Amino acid sequence: MSNHITVENLTHTYDTRCALDHVNFSVSRGEVFGFLGPNGSGKTTLFKILSTLITPTSGVINIFGHDIYTERKLIRKLLGVVFQQPALDGKLTVIENLRHQGHLYGLRGRQLNDRINELLKQFNLNDRTKDLVEELSGGLQRRVEIAKALLHSPQVLLLDEPSSGLDIGVRRQLSEYLSVLAENEGICILLTTHLMDEADECKRVAILDDGRLVALGSPDELKSQIGGDVVSVETKNNESLYNAIEEKFHVSTTITEDYIHIESTRANDLVKDIMVAFPDDILSVRLSKPTLEDVFIKLTGSKFV
Amino acid sequence: MVNILVPVTTIWWREIIRFYRQRSRLLSAIAQPLVFWILIGSGLNASFQPSGFNKEIGYIEYFYPGIVVLVLLFTAIFATISVVNERREGFLQSVLVSPVSRGSIVLGQALGGTSLALLQGFLLLCLAPLIGIKFSITSIIITIGVMVLLAFGLTNLGLIIAWRMDSTQGFHAIMNLILIPIWLLSGAFFPAAGTPLWLQWVMKLNPLTYGLAAFRSGIYKNAYQQMGNIPSLTLSIIIIVIFCVLTYLGATLTASSKRI
Repeated sequence: MSNHITVENLTHTYDTRCALDHVNFSVSRGEVFGFLGPNGSGKTTLFKILSTLITPTSGVINIFGHDIYTERKLIRKLLGVVFQQPALDGKLTVIENLRHQGHLYGLRGRQLNDRINELLKQFNLNDRTKDLVEELSGGLQRRVEIAKALLHSPQVLLLDEPSSGLDIGVRRQLSEYLSVLAENEGICILLTTHLMDEADECKRVAILDDGRLVALGSPDELKSQIGGDVVSVETKNNESLYNAIEEKFHVSTTITEDYIHIESTRANDLVKDIMVAFPDDILSVRLSKPTLEDVFIKLTGSKFV
Repeated sequence: MVNILVPVTTIWWREIIRFYRQRSRLLSAIAQPLVFWILIGSGLNASFQPSGFNKEIGYIEYFYPGIVVLVLLFTAIFATISVVNERREGFLQSVLVSPVSRGSIVLGQALGGTSLALLQGFLLLCLAPLIGIKFSITSIIITIGVMVLLAFGLTNLGLIIAWRMDSTQGFHAIMNLILIPIWLLSGAFFPAAGTPLWLQWVMKLNPLTYGLAAFRSGIYKNAYQQMGNIPSLTLSIIIIVIFCVLTYLGATLTASSKRI
């Protein structure tokens, strides 16, 4: 049995619109792999294809040696899926939701009960088992969602925007938990996100833009594409100042709607120089270490929205 | 076998639990037909003179089987309409990515809807003695059997629509445009005898006509004098069984389509 998820030349079109354009990547066991992209970049389509909800137009997808077109049922047994929208029945209690899920995967009786108890303990849900799901807070519901997806001990965990609607503290907990899960149990975790801090926690990140995979690597590798630090300048007239800065300082510059972004190894000095050179035109200047957002802007020339 | 039974049962069970926890919502499925029955039944009782009946029959009595079928239809609709939302967001999606086949999912949902419809139908059957209908063992068995088949077929019909719809508004539109007319033209509201020829044909081609006919045959133990000129019990049951099979296959096919 192969230990990889391999995707080659994956293409998907809705009627005439191309949602995914020849996407290639491979994920190994024990990895947390993130798809970072703005709305409409194709990451939800990719999630739906991997979770077997839609059949792709063309391309190869192989999950641990199984072909997604011909061995769909087998693949479904390997997958645990956490949807962006709540997939719990609010009118059912926590334990009823989990039992229902277990039954769908053919688990029952003692075996199912033991597994449910194990997860309830692991997710600290022991005292809420008899509560209706609709009465739980958003964070708690999320925990039940993930417990539900893990119930049948899947080999691959797919999560669509797992931290949407969660506050930063819970988000961090979740990231940590996923890393531990991948490492200890050797499962493959694939998640989509539009949040930089969430992508930063992944072992590797694929950046999607307009259906194309524009970059792939560890967050550090991706950031190292940026030469030095980043200066972001907000001005009254971006267009004219953009040219003026390039001309005067000979630096690599990208412009988005609100800001001029300049990468430089001597960013500290550059901030001062720009302020001195164009004192009247500048509204604000920000100096920062490169983020995945800067990588996105550099690669696509557009703002991450 | 266990592989199919466990998921089908759990999907069925969930429908029952949901019903139990939202009783008030489904109450309207029985309340509305009851009000229809009392108001329209009383209103038309005096002027109802059907052709083809050997024995005097009041409209309240004539309308009764139609009302039972309407309750089955309404419950089937209420039970399936949730599929629209659950498919788009959340719960049903997680069922769709599980290894359970589409046929089993639909079977679980259809059995859930059937159980609920039957439960409501039973409540209405209890009213039958009030209008002078007396059941024997045979007639009650036939009646219940027909109700099971009808409830199953109607729930599947609801599922075919619900699995296609992107909004509950769309479902309501179809309900008014197709489901209610199917019921109106089934002999539930008026007998086919004496209507224009084209209408008689429409009623002859309507599968629910045979549902109504079987139901009437059931409660009157085949005593035709109270039923007017309707299809025989055997023919009716054959057609309802075919209706059940076709709607089940249709619902499974709809649920399997790649569009979802």
